[in-house]
Amino acid sequence: MTASVSSPAVSLPANVARSGPSFGRRLRQVPLPVLIGGFVVLFWIITALTVSFWGLPDPIQIAGKRLQAPSLSHWLGTDALGRDVLSRTLYGAVYSVPIAIGVVAVGVFIGATLGAIAGYVGGVVDGIIMRLVDVTLAFPPILLAMTISATLGPGLVNAAIAMIIVWWPIYARLMRAQVLEVKEREHVEAAIAGGAGHIRVLGIHILPLCWTPILINATMDFGQVVLLAASLSFIGLGASPPTPEWGSMISEGAARFYSWWVAFGPGMAILTLVLGFSFLGDGLRDMLDPRSK
Amino acid sequence: MTRTETVASSIATQTAPLLEVRDLKVTFNSPDGAADAICGIDLSVGAGEVLGIVGESGSGKSVTMMALMQLLPASAQITGSARFRGQELVGATSSTMRQLRGARIGMIFQDPLTAFNPVLTVGAQIVEALRLHEKDLSKKAAWERAVELLAEVSIPQPDRRATQYPHEFSGGMRQRAMIAMAIANRPDLLIADEPTTALDVTVQAQIMDLLNRLREERNIGLILITHDLGVVAGAADRIAVMYSGRIVEQGSVDEVFYNPRHPYTRGLLAALPKIDGEAGPLVAIEGTPPSLRNRPAGCAFRPRCSVSVERCSTIVPALLSLNGVETACHRSEELQRISA
Amino acid sequence: MLRFVLRRLIATPLLLLGVATVAFFLSQMTKGDPLSAIVPERQMNNPEIVAAAKEKWGLDKSLIERYGLYIGNLVQGDLGVSFTTRRAVSADLGERLPATLELVMAAMLIATVVGITLGVLSARYRDRSVDYISRVFALLGSSLPVFWSGLLLLFLFSVQLGWVPGPGRLDARSVAPPSITGFYTVDSLLNGNIPLFFESLHHLLLPSIVLAWSVIGVITRLVRSSLLEVMGQDYVRTARAKGAGEGRVMLNHALRNALIPTLTIIGFSFAYLITGAVLTEAVFSWPGVGSYAVSSARSLDLPGIIGVTLVGSLAFLVANLLTDIAYAFANPRVKLQ
Repeated sequence: MTASVSSPAVSLPANVARSGPSFGRRLRQVPLPVLIGGFVVLFWIITALTVSFWGLPDPIQIAGKRLQAPSLSHWLGTDALGRDVLSRTLYGAVYSVPIAIGVVAVGVFIGATLGAIAGYVGGVVDGIIMRLVDVTLAFPPILLAMTISATLGPGLVNAAIAMIIVWWPIYARLMRAQVLEVKEREHVEAAIAGGAGHIRVLGIHILPLCWTPILINATMDFGQVVLLAASLSFIGLGASPPTPEWGSMISEGAARFYSWWVAFGPGMAILTLVLGFSFLGDGLRDMLDPRSK
Repeated sequence: MTRTETVASSIATQTAPLLEVRDLKVTFNSPDGAADAICGIDLSVGAGEVLGIVGESGSGKSVTMMALMQLLPASAQITGSARFRGQELVGATSSTMRQLRGARIGMIFQDPLTAFNPVLTVGAQIVEALRLHEKDLSKKAAWERAVELLAEVSIPQPDRRATQYPHEFSGGMRQRAMIAMAIANRPDLLIADEPTTALDVTVQAQIMDLLNRLREERNIGLILITHDLGVVAGAADRIAVMYSGRIVEQGSVDEVFYNPRHPYTRGLLAALPKIDGEAGPLVAIEGTPPSLRNRPAGCAFRPRCSVSVERCSTIVPALLSLNGVETACHRSEELQRISA
Repeated sequence: MLRFVLRRLIATPLLLLGVATVAFFLSQMTKGDPLSAIVPERQMNNPEIVAAAKEKWGLDKSLIERYGLYIGNLVQGDLGVSFTTRRAVSADLGERLPATLELVMAAMLIATVVGITLGVLSARYRDRSVDYISRVFALLGSSLPVFWSGLLLLFLFSVQLGWVPGPGRLDARSVAPPSITGFYTVDSLLNGNIPLFFESLHHLLLPSIVLAWSVIGVITRLVRSSLLEVMGQDYVRTARAKGAGEGRVMLNHALRNALIPTLTIIGFSFAYLITGAVLTEAVFSWPGVGSYAVSSARSLDLPGIIGVTLVGSLAFLVANLLTDIAYAFANPRVKLQ
């Protein structure tokens, strides 16, 4: 009944969409938040790649008087050692952007590989991998990351390793569920019946159909990784002091509580980058996941 | 025999029908353009009369009823006129509609499992229906009325049943409870949308008996929406056959059944298994109904029609009265002569 | 469904064992001498302490025996001795737990009320300005680093405007109420100390709002989407056909059903809540478990940070278990036979 009422409104666009609009029309159909998110993320990626050519003051050298409020010569003021906060904020992208991309990429690689193996092989292998996933997910993420970072010793690389350990299980779960679902489809059974080897079946017939939810999740997770990386640095487990990393800059700002501008720049940087990834991920989900609308 | 009586009574009240629909149109607006779901239909139901509306899914029969009740999404644009006891429904304010819905007009839906709220007891949902329209009714009194209503629709142990959740009822019991809720405020008109489709065959007959009994006892007008001609044949006084947003044939149940003019009605009847069990294969009408946006010019049924002629593809046939039956077919006269 | 709850009841202790095992390996994984994970550097030259530690944690024994000892100590509630406070970690945590619970419960209360309200408004006025505003507000909360927003809000409302007091659970000169529950707000009331009650409430206000804001996004998003889904259900149409108004349809029919999936989010948002609590406590000098974790991690106090992680995981698992059980009970369709 509901179906028959809503069908005039719902079924028709599907028919239209099948005819395939041009790329230009698709671009115009991209919602505004996605465009803004994409623009912000692109800005930070370009900054991370090119900031050293911009002729900014050296982020770890003294550039003026200590704790200057924002002014024309120092747009975001100077910190407790007299370094330019704007320059340090922009240089922060050099650390945060690669860490976010690196952690998600390695996390996806490890998680998807183990998840695919678990889903495809099944049995004891599946059991072992998935119990490992369950146990890892039983930890509150930040506490596990803190413990691992503390065990390995402070430093950005160790913080990144800790975050990968925290993140891979999510992708393993997603990938396993996808593989289990796709494995049952007819074309896969046909390929197996046709004598295709395991690698071929998995690589050609199953995996290409499994990426959508992982892609959507990964886009959303970039922002969460940026947040967690900054949190670890804020606590003192990530980047160490002279490094212009956003989290540790905010930590320095917290120590100079009344000079609010020391923490303002890096905080805005985190906020814009995380929001950018959220908008992008949301939009991507709406476009790729038919169930979300 | 009761049929002839009620036909007579419906003719008597024809001067002031309970519900009178004139040129009702429904258009769904979407970013991809407008789609006409209902292209202008006329209907009327008298007190104590049963009108069967028949058609395939997507023919617009449910949309028509939802439009009357203003239960369609905001993207639906409704024009024309629908008078219920003289009161105009099209364009009525939402507070007017709220006072009518559930009070003067009751509704019964196809799937009683999904139509009941799963987290409230059946009794609580009937109580709500009562108290929405009778504000000073105490909770206790309403509960007693709810139990009485369940008893009236022949639900055993109604006081215990009222405290149960919908999933604890069987399908037939759930539909009985749904009917109890629909008649709680003694409505003048009941709209039953595929009331038996989700039920077992034996239960179907019981539900139809119940509806028929209530109609007789309370003199309720009943609109019976179904895709099943068999259901209508046993219960309705008059039939309206819908196809792609239009009524293609309308008349008394006997006339339409024994002397169908429209090729679509004939097709539907041919698809019906014969009661004498003799007739062989189940003949379905070939093809599918057109989508609302790709309706062919002229008669919407033409692509599936075996007797179409040239003008069928250009001119939409009007619904014309012929010996007491209204038919929308360019060839209805010839066809009637052939079959007669 | 009872079977489902039973399975979860059995799985939870097993997961805890897994968590403890991971914690054991982490404590063994430190570079070089495992002793360095148990005894602080300064005491390394004290043979008595070293010998006692070796004995207690079985450092001369095999890995498996050490594991047995570790689990045995854990079961007795022995989490080792903190490097920094030189006290039993369990004693430290026991002292600090009420502060964290008070903060987290206040934040959860705010987040649930605001989150559900925003979710309902968002769904009711879908694609209108109310919807956009509440979604942006919610999204902002989950994108803000709490250690930064907390800092700025503290600066704005405490230093600049003077509306709320500075960091801490009480003013610097105030004395904590005699401990009954460990919640300052409750204890001060139980002692009839009304001014102290308002003082502790005043101190609780900003940190709990900051913490709540970080969780609101998750709740709002779920309430909105499950409400929109429920609004398309047949029984919502039935309610309209009965003559119920939109407000009644939303609250009495749709929300009741939409809140069932929302229950699961309470377990899920607990992860965000713990993350937020650790950082909020650090910013607001809140003497709870979170700031203990931060100071332990900063000073590489492994027994301290592992202890917090174990307790946090226990809380996390229990919260998820309770959520599952609550879900089973809230849904009348679930048969409990």
